[in-house]
Amino acid sequence: MSKRKYLITPYALWSIIFVIVPLFLLIIYSFTTTKDGKTVLSLESYMKFFDPLYVEVLLRSFRLAFITTIVCLVTAYPLAMILSSKEFSNKTIILILIILPMWMNSLMRTYAWMILLENKGIINNILSFFGLPTKQFLYDEGAIIFGMIYNFFPFMVLPIYNSISKIDISLIEASHDLGANKFTTFRKVIFPLSLPGVITGLIMVFMPSLTTFMITRLLGGGQVILIGNMIEEQFTRTNNWGFGSALSMILMAIILMSIIFFSKNESLDSGGLI
Amino acid sequence: MKKTWKIILTMSVVSTLVGCSGSSSEVVKVYNWGDYIDENTNRMFEEETGIKVIYEVFPTNEEMYAKVAHGNAAYDILIPSDYMIEKMINEERLSKIDVTQISNYIFIDDEFKNLVYDPNNEYSVAYSWGTMGIVYNSSLISDQIDEWADMWDPKYENQIFMYDSERDSIMVALKKLGYSMNTRDEKELALAKKELIEQKKLILAYVGDEGKGKMINGEAAMMLAWAGDAEVMMAENPDLKYILPKEGTNYFVDAMVIPKNCENYDNAIKYIDFMCRPEIAAQNMAYIGYSTPSSAARELLPKEMKNSDVAYPDLTGVSLEMFNDPSDIVETYSRIWTEVKAASK
Amino acid sequence: MNKIKKIYLWIIMIILYSPILVLIVFSFNSSKSTSWQEFTFKWYIQLFENPSIQSAFSYTLIVGFVSAIISTIIGLMAALTIIKLRGIKRRLIMALTYIPLLSPDIVIGISLMMLYSTLNIPFGLITLILSHITFNTPYVILSIMPRLMQLNPNVYEAALDLGATPVYAFKKIILPDILPGVLTGAFIAFTLSIDDFVVSFFNTASGVNTLSIQIYSMARRGVSPEINAISTLIFLTIVTILTVTNIRASRKAKLEGYFY
Repeated sequence: MSKRKYLITPYALWSIIFVIVPLFLLIIYSFTTTKDGKTVLSLESYMKFFDPLYVEVLLRSFRLAFITTIVCLVTAYPLAMILSSKEFSNKTIILILIILPMWMNSLMRTYAWMILLENKGIINNILSFFGLPTKQFLYDEGAIIFGMIYNFFPFMVLPIYNSISKIDISLIEASHDLGANKFTTFRKVIFPLSLPGVITGLIMVFMPSLTTFMITRLLGGGQVILIGNMIEEQFTRTNNWGFGSALSMILMAIILMSIIFFSKNESLDSGGLI
Repeated sequence: MKKTWKIILTMSVVSTLVGCSGSSSEVVKVYNWGDYIDENTNRMFEEETGIKVIYEVFPTNEEMYAKVAHGNAAYDILIPSDYMIEKMINEERLSKIDVTQISNYIFIDDEFKNLVYDPNNEYSVAYSWGTMGIVYNSSLISDQIDEWADMWDPKYENQIFMYDSERDSIMVALKKLGYSMNTRDEKELALAKKELIEQKKLILAYVGDEGKGKMINGEAAMMLAWAGDAEVMMAENPDLKYILPKEGTNYFVDAMVIPKNCENYDNAIKYIDFMCRPEIAAQNMAYIGYSTPSSAARELLPKEMKNSDVAYPDLTGVSLEMFNDPSDIVETYSRIWTEVKAASK
Repeated sequence: MNKIKKIYLWIIMIILYSPILVLIVFSFNSSKSTSWQEFTFKWYIQLFENPSIQSAFSYTLIVGFVSAIISTIIGLMAALTIIKLRGIKRRLIMALTYIPLLSPDIVIGISLMMLYSTLNIPFGLITLILSHITFNTPYVILSIMPRLMQLNPNVYEAALDLGATPVYAFKKIILPDILPGVLTGAFIAFTLSIDDFVVSFFNTASGVNTLSIQIYSMARRGVSPEINAISTLIFLTIVTILTVTNIRASRKAKLEGYFY
């Protein structure tokens, strides 16, 4: 068995070169600032963050990412269950069917959503054709959340689907035989067994949705600023890499620390991923 | 299936080799805005000179800068905007261009030489230019729109698109207040911020490129826009009008420059010379729809473009300004813009 | 399948595919903007005359395939080990895996660019693929882990006890069981790769463009419907392949039904 440990070597080496080393570059940047054209060590970038304005941006990003993740979970789980039923036997086709829309460029898809959801867009035109009241769908937080859910939905469905379809049918039948109703079977058998997939889904949706910036701008009408937009701006327009790196480090530290904190909890550890 | 992978792998290896060997023969590496050239002109240049054009694109001046200044990718020609050229000259990132080697340089109008960003005209050759103004929909607005202040009129609540760019939005607010758009005065900038936060209540959205399609569909009644974009919109919706506000506005020039680390200086010069040739310049401007800095090229444009008063407005009595190198003010701008964005509606 | 399930499935599919439909419809719009003018094939014709979109398309596929395959291999190998780790070691390696997920694209893009500049690696296809593998691999690991955790380790041990070599036992016992996870990982990696703009932008040069770079860079003047056209072609090709293989598979199933 010990041989299997060497299998991680390529990944470990890769991570050191392409993740750890760049991360160190970033940390160095985050502790520097430019004064009179000279680069000096300082904590300024971190101090700068503790401003109600920026803290609020971070909190809003967390709130939107959290809502996105929860809605994704609640909508994706039933879909994964439906897809894992016997009627759908060809697993590859299901996989492709869910992921195929994502092969169209995300900018193009977001543009298409705008055409659909605009005040004078296709959906509102249909509504008014039937004499129904029209609605403003775009230009607010709701539109951003919708865009993020759409974009990350497959990342929630696929791992859950993989986990559920692995569950041994005989376990479910046994549960029924022992007199458990459908809900109890779900709560006591199906859900716990699918937990690894659920946790993977939660991670793959929550983490990237914290840092999106394109959807925010396009569907939100540029009226809301999130941490992803702020970091992007520091690296391009403002050219303040120190502050951009510091923001990124703060974000990473919060998440990684809370994971380490929460993974002390044994019940979550059963997911095994954290 | 296995065969497919093999083919793909071979293809990738081959194209990598081709990519490397490219540098041995004659090439010129051009870095331009996306979709900002009639690519046929590149092919014509290749046929005429035998120099291969390696063409890459960028979406904004700032992203171009981040890549050119910090990566070690070497280009022979860049086509950024005025203020970015000024910044790069100040940082000594550009090499001088010997205009005597560019025979077609005489076709560039004098108004586009010795501009503020390159006062002695040593580093840049103008490629295109344009103004910024207001596009409005005359079927939705019956009043005369002629000043920036109209974008603050409560009548047009939820009918206004601003541009999702701190520079352009702050420019509008400063101009509305009667200040220079290059002001470094903190009081003036604070007032501009107040104006923008107040305006946010009336704004439907801060838009980028997608705003054009929305204006054509009548999603909003007015929008801050570049002349070249205005032309595109007006061609599709005749109700749209473009005006230069009477408080004065901003105009830009995109120009060809040669970075210091260029590897094919002579080819770059040939390329610039080719692009200045009136027929070629006209072909490019006809494709992209912006204004050409060359009267000779303008003469060769299709009639409706040549005589367009959007692309070539009567500038008598309009005060035009150009952005200066923003390096010292970007922090302030970023802070103002974050506050505007974070303000509740 | 009962009605509620069917309705739910349809609603999700409609939401997933409605923007794709819009995208396809607008590939036949004569205007460059998002307002409908009249029906045309001109963008398809222009597409075939546009070498830069064609080359961007092939680079996109090359980078997508190569980075997805390599990251799947690296990720699979890593996941097989991670599953055996316990305690702090596992937590550290998982934290390492989360770093690319938690970094905004711009941070990955710029920090890798600085890395290649420092190491003096010329920008081009190689740097592009290296960067894509970097942000893809964590997704592969995360996709494979749940299936590995559900695996019954006793079966593998039993196979070894019965004299199977580790490689043989892996091929016959573990791989078939975790294959859906591996495939999902590979597909997600490919998806992320072909969609990425920011990281690609900062880590390419020498004329190596991807479709995403083309699309985002067009933003100043409006994305050309040629992009809609090429997206439509890709979409229709995949759908055709799927339908054909599906029909074949169901025919085969029917035939088998006759025999058994």
